[in-house]
Amino acid sequence: MYVIVAGGGKVGYYLTKALCAGGQEVTLIEKARQRYDLLQEAFGESVVLGDACEVTTLDQAGAGRAELVAAVTGDDEDNLVICQMAKRKFKVPRVIARINNPKNEVTFQFLGIDETVSSTKLIYSLIEQEVEVADVIPLTALRRGNLELVEVALTADSPAVGRMLRDIALPPNCILAILVRGETASIVTSDLRFEPGDILVAIVPSAAVQSFREALLGRGVPTR
Amino acid sequence: MHIVVLGCGRVGATLAMALEAEGHSVAVIDRNRDAFRRLPRDFKGKTVLGIGIDEDVLRKAGIERAGGFAATTNGDNTNIMSAQIVKVRFRVPRVIARIYDPLRAEAYRELGIDTISPTLLGAGMCRDYLLGEPYRHVDEYLALRDAPRGLARRSGAVPERGR
Repeated sequence: MYVIVAGGGKVGYYLTKALCAGGQEVTLIEKARQRYDLLQEAFGESVVLGDACEVTTLDQAGAGRAELVAAVTGDDEDNLVICQMAKRKFKVPRVIARINNPKNEVTFQFLGIDETVSSTKLIYSLIEQEVEVADVIPLTALRRGNLELVEVALTADSPAVGRMLRDIALPPNCILAILVRGETASIVTSDLRFEPGDILVAIVPSAAVQSFREALLGRGVPTR
Repeated sequence: MHIVVLGCGRVGATLAMALEAEGHSVAVIDRNRDAFRRLPRDFKGKTVLGIGIDEDVLRKAGIERAGGFAATTNGDNTNIMSAQIVKVRFRVPRVIARIYDPLRAEAYRELGIDTISPTLLGAGMCRDYLLGEPYRHVDEYLALRDAPRGLARRSGAVPERGR
């Protein structure tokens, strides 16, 4: 796959490095001369000096045949323009924008850039996970199919406690897979009776996470 | 009409003063408080401290009742982003973005954002002055992007003989 990375800061540098290691063809665009020299030491001919917001630079980097453009500069406005130029002017099929201000995520969406990554939001959600005692913690989102692997810890006041799995109405297509009780992990069976402190690993459709949370933990649990 | 001007630089401040003098209600946004010094003491419009891509800041400037919006900061991309937010999100009828880079200005014009490129206007007017030709309509200066022949060809000027 041919990928263009716009912005050679730390994110752009490591992203390019990872993509190269993964065997992808990559061009990195950097506009600051000094930084460019440094990047060229690492990536040689794969680095282009120029402003990725400019049509000529994108053209020079081969945007016409790129399958993906990742705009990862530290500037949200720049990332928006890079993505819009790549998408509209060069018909690049997939564009991804890094977002620094989480507020801009919605803005990018209504301006036609659907795929965004916000490190601020990611870190914030990690902190939130630490803070909340009883909640559903996303372990991983499956790449396709909109399923999530989640972990949930029951507290003494969880409505599920004391009841059996078969008596609890879980949303459709939710599967409780693993029970961790004390030091022991086991596969969940329908005659499981929930106890406080039980940790459960489940597979849940992304759209049903909220109702899954309510079924096991009840309402009044802080939502993200 | 209520008009919101983003950027209180030379262009933004001059524009705000002109509009106010004509009796319009004006709000000027800038992220630097010192920039508002460019406005006269008796400026009756509103000044809002903040960044122009923040919807809350735009609301504070009265964007929801605005009939026009001009993005005049010195950052092309800030102007592009704010102009799009104002046009798409707040549906302000007349929105213009000042964009220095002629190619970017053209690209966004194609995407439906009205842009003005001081680069082309300035270069084009200087050219006409130097060659003793009359100034022309704004749109004609946009052809200067195909420099150096674009402007002369579009205006129908004939090259001098013997050159």
